[in-house]
Amino acid sequence: MNATTTTAPVLEVRNLTKRFGGLTAVKNLSFELRAGEIFGLIGPNGSGKSTAMKSIMGIERPTAGSVLFEGHDVAGWPSHRIARRGFGMVFQHSRPLNRQTVLENIMVALLPDSLLMLLPNKALTERAKWIAERVGLAEVMNRRPPTLPFADLRRLELAKAIARDPKVVLVDEPFAGLTLAEVATFSDLIRSFRDEGRAVMLVDHNVKSVAALVDRVLAMYLGEEIASGRAEEVMRNETVRRVYLGGAIETSARPEANFTDTVPLLQVENVSVHYGKAQALQNVSIHVHRGEFVSIVGLNGAGKTTLFNTISGFLPHSGEIRRDGESLRGLSPAKIARSGLVQCPETRELFGEMTVRENLDLGGQHLTPADKDAQLEWLFELFPILKQRQGQMAQTLSGGEQQMLAIGRALMMKPKILILDEPTLGLAPVILEQLSKALEKLRQTTSITVLLGEQNVTFALPHADRVYVLEHARIVWEGDPGRFAAEAGEGYL
Amino acid sequence: MFAVFKKPLFWIAVLVVIVAATLPWYVSGYILGLLTVAYYFGVFSMSWDLLFGFAGEVNFGPTFLIGTGAYTAGILNAQFSLPMTLCIALGALAAVLAGLVLAMPALRVRGPYFGLTTLVAVLILQNFIVVFADLTGGEIGLTIPDVLSIDAGVNYWIALGFMTVSGAILFGLSQSPVGLVLQASGQDPVQAGALGFNIVKHKLAAFIVSAFFSGLSGALLVFYFGTASVGTVIDIAVGVQVIVAAVLGGRRTVLGAALGAIFLIVAGEFLRPTGELATFIVSAVALVVILFFPSGFLGSVLSREARS
Repeated sequence: MNATTTTAPVLEVRNLTKRFGGLTAVKNLSFELRAGEIFGLIGPNGSGKSTAMKSIMGIERPTAGSVLFEGHDVAGWPSHRIARRGFGMVFQHSRPLNRQTVLENIMVALLPDSLLMLLPNKALTERAKWIAERVGLAEVMNRRPPTLPFADLRRLELAKAIARDPKVVLVDEPFAGLTLAEVATFSDLIRSFRDEGRAVMLVDHNVKSVAALVDRVLAMYLGEEIASGRAEEVMRNETVRRVYLGGAIETSARPEANFTDTVPLLQVENVSVHYGKAQALQNVSIHVHRGEFVSIVGLNGAGKTTLFNTISGFLPHSGEIRRDGESLRGLSPAKIARSGLVQCPETRELFGEMTVRENLDLGGQHLTPADKDAQLEWLFELFPILKQRQGQMAQTLSGGEQQMLAIGRALMMKPKILILDEPTLGLAPVILEQLSKALEKLRQTTSITVLLGEQNVTFALPHADRVYVLEHARIVWEGDPGRFAAEAGEGYL
Repeated sequence: MFAVFKKPLFWIAVLVVIVAATLPWYVSGYILGLLTVAYYFGVFSMSWDLLFGFAGEVNFGPTFLIGTGAYTAGILNAQFSLPMTLCIALGALAAVLAGLVLAMPALRVRGPYFGLTTLVAVLILQNFIVVFADLTGGEIGLTIPDVLSIDAGVNYWIALGFMTVSGAILFGLSQSPVGLVLQASGQDPVQAGALGFNIVKHKLAAFIVSAFFSGLSGALLVFYFGTASVGTVIDIAVGVQVIVAAVLGGRRTVLGAALGAIFLIVAGEFLRPTGELATFIVSAVALVVILFFPSGFLGSVLSREARS
């Protein structure tokens, strides 16, 4: 570090701003990156970190600001020109060419951007072999991607990104889906990029996962920088702690003994789910009592959405999911939802070109007209803003209003169990407060059982009767929300 | 590159072409005529597969390119009495230009709009032919004075040779470095861009190559038929047949598309005694293959090889 701090930065990002319509995903972001350093861009889901990375790479066109690479502004260039200048990017999801070998896949990354390259070149093959060895793919370079384990597919992505010897390497969630042993190997590989004099930028959800690797960290929230510095400093920073852990949290848990049902309303037993080769859930068991409010806390990528989608019947799984003691296996997602187990998904899935009222009516499609009117009236009391917005197209609502509509539509189905997946995603604090009040009202005045998935602990704890912590596809902690900060909070930053 | 000579599929292809070349000595003129048409269709389908299988763009209007080539060649010969070879060359050129005019704006729109644009282009061309009947022969069709040959065997060899050469070029291109980049662009355009490849440039090149072979094949076909008509080279139904053939034969295989085209045309003809049922049976077979073997005849063979 000390030797490099004197040199000029390779990459300088100045006042980078990216707006999508009315939403500002990245706001006035500035930082610099030097050769031989690993820099972490950190932020919870929806904080704008991925958009920032895509704007640097030219995949998204920045609205304003500059991206200086060795002094030249490359902001607004198409990504292929930026790549040729000396950038490599490691994607989190890969789609390799399945009919070509690993070596041929690496060779593709080495090819010039020319239409005249009709014969492969021996030097390129040699270079591709060298890169395959470099990232640990030597053993499998003549195999085809569909036969490879997940970690090797990730190695292939690393290989492609460094193939043309880039000066800046951008890595999106370096450790997603990897086992602990693999994390160690990949850390070594990323360190070796630094030691070769490249500037490396990692994008990840939390400081902890990359703390051992990075020289410097910048934490983002709602599109803006909230802290930067060495990893330990950022982890100690008050604002960062508040974003991830929340401040002093008042909890109002009802002890589990209060719920008298002998068989819990919802039981998930030893459920495992795989996405191709990546394990998304590993022997997860949870239970929810009738009328209970249970929060599942976990960082993005921990497996919350997978768990909820499994419960809703969307994913093949091993293990059992029971409602009132009866297995849900074999029921279609539509049947499960109609029976009163309703999910309000993370992505909201509103019908954007329909009005607010039409969205709600669709939710209440199966009710009798009288029931529907009564439910609608109750709902408008819970979310008065939806009443005013009835005639407006759903896609024109603000983020907070859209979230209320999504919850409202789920409530129109008269759920017995309501699953809320990350309702706080990308919302401003003032909106969170309104949502929080609505949840409190739900808990106080109805008998609806709620299963809430959140990475925002401040939001997840106050209403919860019980909390599970999901980490790396496994349940690692279960308990009373009052004990969360003391027992599980540290590992969460 | 030379690895291709070691693959059994290559030698099977060579063997098939050699056997096919001997057919005129012992097969009836009727069957030769059938196969001649099938070979030109094979080139249509292979050109289409280069776009769909490799560049990842669905061209719903292959007959826009085919028809432009066919009618340009036909009109130049019938109305302006240009020599046949020149007409064929200009037909191919016209298809490339028409393809460029279509693809330049269309490749910039995302998602299903490219396909819709190509579909509309066919309708425009069809209307043009009907409206300017003085020039184009309109709905009755255009009679063309010159023909490739009056001998069924010679016609057959021309078609076979043309398909073999086109197939070799298109297949070679698909396996070349440029083909790999094209395939990567089709599969994951964002990542291909981040690897430093200009996606639009590569897709445009694929479109031009596809247009060239489609137009050339269309031009040759009218000089084989001696006529050009909307029903044989422009109608949407013809385009659908080209697409079904390519999908049947196997996406991303190029050569499979030719097999699919030959199968469709030959099977349709052999079932002719069943009358109206023929089209139904062929379509049903095509549907079954697409539903249960989505990678097609050759694709299924290749993916088994890939997994081993």
